[in-house]
Amino acid sequence: MTQLHTVNKSPLDRNALESAVMHATKGSAILMIEDGIYGAMKGTAKSDVVAGAMGEISFYVLGPDLKARGIDESKIIDGIKVVDYKGFVDLVAEHDATQSWL
Amino acid sequence: MSDAKKFLYVNRKAPYGTIYALESLEVVLIGAAFEQDVALAFLDDGVYQLFKGQETADLGMKNFSPTYKALGDYDVNKIYVEKESLDARGLTVDDLLPLTYEDEDDDWAEKSSIHVVSASELANIMDQSDVVLSF
Repeated sequence: MTQLHTVNKSPLDRNALESAVMHATKGSAILMIEDGIYGAMKGTAKSDVVAGAMGEISFYVLGPDLKARGIDESKIIDGIKVVDYKGFVDLVAEHDATQSWL
Repeated sequence: MSDAKKFLYVNRKAPYGTIYALESLEVVLIGAAFEQDVALAFLDDGVYQLFKGQETADLGMKNFSPTYKALGDYDVNKIYVEKESLDARGLTVDDLLPLTYEDEDDDWAEKSSIHVVSASELANIMDQSDVVLSF
């Protein structure tokens, strides 16, 4: 049983991303949305949170939220897949349950 | 009216995920009309509000970043951005909107409104403010 975890706050503002990573089982997925997309950026004090878990968990980031904040895909940690709203729906449908980390 | 009060607007949140960034900017513009001594501080995730290249069409939300560029015309030209916050996010002042104003005391020369300051310099700026509004 694999879950989709969504994170909507920046890791430099809340510990939701770190907590989600700590509680996501191997093979599950984490999708960063809204202000959570900052967790996908290279070169921040919290970039290791995602980079370190890359082998165990599939990471996704919502494209429209990146663009709104002016973040180009080249600034994203390698291995994170950018999805649009349709991709968001697909992820929810593909997983057994969705857990939102606020 | 007696001496103008020093107002400081403290911005610590990223844009779009919550309404704080937009609300703060709107209060600044309203307050600027009252001719007080206004300064803005961007620290922690607030530095993301000034990030260049925001495109919000896919989100269905209004891109309000162009409004920061109007601040100079409202005599709001003290915009402090904290260095430690930029560093922690892997950012430099070149990632930010180039906010400027025209200095009437210097032949209307265009100058940068953004001042990158250290946390301790910002602490002093906060300390010397008469009114601090936080968002």
